[in-house]
Amino acid sequence: MRLKERVALVTGASRGIGRAIALALAQEGAHVVVNYSSSAEAAQEVVKTIESLGAKALALPFDVADFEAVTQAVRQAEEALGPIEILVNNAGITRDTLFLRMKPQDFDQVIAVNLKGVFNCCKAVLQGMLKRRYGRIINISSVIAFSGNVGQTNYAAAKAGILGFSKSLAREVASRGVTVNVVAPGFIETDMTSKIPAKIKEAVIAQIPMGRVGRPEEVAPAVVFLASEEASYITGSVIHVNGGLYM
Amino acid sequence: MSVEEKVIEIIVEKLNVPREKVKPEAAFIDDLGADSLDLVELVMAMEEAFDVEVSDEEAEKLRTVKDVIDYIKVRVGEA
Ligand SMILES: NC(=O)c1ccc[n+]([C@@H]2O[C@H](COP(=O)([O-])OP(=O)(O)OC[C@H]3O[C@@H](n4cnc5c(N)ncnc54)[C@H](OP(=O)(O)O)[C@@H]3O)[C@@H](O)[C@H]2O)c1
Repeated sequence: MRLKERVALVTGASRGIGRAIALALAQEGAHVVVNYSSSAEAAQEVVKTIESLGAKALALPFDVADFEAVTQAVRQAEEALGPIEILVNNAGITRDTLFLRMKPQDFDQVIAVNLKGVFNCCKAVLQGMLKRRYGRIINISSVIAFSGNVGQTNYAAAKAGILGFSKSLAREVASRGVTVNVVAPGFIETDMTSKIPAKIKEAVIAQIPMGRVGRPEEVAPAVVFLASEEASYITGSVIHVNGGLYM
Repeated sequence: MSVEEKVIEIIVEKLNVPREKVKPEAAFIDDLGADSLDLVELVMAMEEAFDVEVSDEEAEKLRTVKDVIDYIKVRVGEA
């Protein structure tokens, strides 16, 4: 077990990629704070599964876009499980539409959750990590940050924002034993991508050298690696998990 | 505990330096081996300990131990 007794917070861990990450961290012995927004039942399921693996877990609803809520929730989580040593910023939403049809609130919401949410959660845990001279922050970006995508100007802006944010923070805190890295998934089978029309999906799959979409369980190991001791000399990096879609 | 003693105690703890090195004229970066992140953490610790808010402009002027002691004394109304 590579993460025995470490405490992790995974945002948006009730479903999809976040859920797979939470379970994979727990499999390596980490205790996990399972954040979600509204899927209480799904989050409880994740908690139960983690407990069955012998680790501790806590389902914790909060909106990552709400700074006060994040601060309070993190305090509550740390009282319950101990100081957060691993933060995985995974919570994300899409509000896809062509730019000409995109409303300001479509843009603002996606930035608030996907980008400001990362800022908020880092704010809540970083001081403790600096004090303890140890921390692992892993931010989930997307292949879209690199390639762009029709209908996703808001999402691409937020996900590219995560790259610049992560590299800058990585520089600021590197001397204190805190690493900041990015995982950029390609097309992964989750609720988020199930909304995409079949025709567009086929067109995307045609672009993927491996000829198939990925599974959340194929993203999680990259996060576990970056959270582990083995990745101690890696910071400000991006791991692409995309079946070759972008190289 | 006087303001002076408390400030020195925080510096000793935050910068992990021996107390005898924390003289009034000691400069954080040149004499006490601090870097920019240490300074931010130090200011934040002062803010918390004395319940004051230090702007970035003010913080930049705090170069020595004496700068901080004088600054805090004014802010808590001891000077
Ligand atoms: N799927 C892909 O192909 C793909 C590709 C690249 C990157 N990504 C990124 O990977 C991450 C996870 O994606 P996914 O496909 O697993 O998404 P998903 O299945 O839609 O799950 C999203 C998760 O985020 C949570 N969430 C949403 N808004 C939140 C908020 N404001 N505060 C807290 N939690 C919130 C949801 O909680 P509730 O269950 O309570 O709603 C849920 O747990 C996202 O950042 C996404 O952008 C996904």
